[in-house]
Amino acid sequence: MSVNTQGFSLRATPIGTLYRGGEGMWTWVLHRITGVSLFFFLFVHVLDTALVRVSPAAYDEIIATYKTPIVNLLEVGLVGAVLFHAFNGIRIILIDFWAKGPRYQRQMTWGIAAVWLLIMIPGFYFMTIHTIDAIFGSTS
Amino acid sequence: MSTAVLAPRSDSRNKQRSNFELYGWLFMRISGLILVFLVLGHLVIMNILDGGVQRINFAFVAGRWASPFWQVWDLSMLWLALTHGGNGMRTIINDYAERDQTRFWLKMLLYVSTTFIIVLGTLVIFTFDVSIG
Repeated sequence: MSVNTQGFSLRATPIGTLYRGGEGMWTWVLHRITGVSLFFFLFVHVLDTALVRVSPAAYDEIIATYKTPIVNLLEVGLVGAVLFHAFNGIRIILIDFWAKGPRYQRQMTWGIAAVWLLIMIPGFYFMTIHTIDAIFGSTS
Repeated sequence: MSTAVLAPRSDSRNKQRSNFELYGWLFMRISGLILVFLVLGHLVIMNILDGGVQRINFAFVAGRWASPFWQVWDLSMLWLALTHGGNGMRTIINDYAERDQTRFWLKMLLYVSTTFIIVLGTLVIFTFDVSIG
């Protein structure tokens, strides 16, 4: 623990603040980054879905790009971003409305990390099994 | 003797303050909570169950939008996600764009493009035609 010029000790997260340093700050940063990313994806996603009004062939062609290995991996990232944004959003609501929320915000952050991993590991398997099969599989 | 000092909290700035940001703050929490269910349900169905994205095509979309349940689901998701995301982007522009002009035009661009996407998506859901091919 270092000491600054005023002689106060610098903690990772100063007492009484939520967003300066530590878990409170990094979840805030991640919430913004995932939020902006999801907003831009949403624009693209409404535009690609709008192709159902052009023709079935046009829609099937654009959806085919979603099935390619690289875009398939991006979809895993998309689901990961949505999951974090959703869970951290619930954490923010609990901090705001639950009396003990601010006290347990750090534990909630690590809870989010645990649940996120618990879902993403099988999620990764089910989302990419076709791609993995197509690249490495010998049969089917 | 009259005084030039106004009573506390009575200056004109306070009178003109609106609760817009308070309602925005509340809207992010309510819409966010609903979106957790709508979007996670959407992702589980579209990306994980039964082959995930590999089975999606025009026929799959047609099958889903034959049901009013999924039409309402997708329409709610469209409106809530874009207003929730739009308000988030508004906050971020207000935070990082320092010049008044930059802030104003970035927000105009945001409002116009977001409105366009909401209207387009709504039209797509309401005018979907299975026999278009």
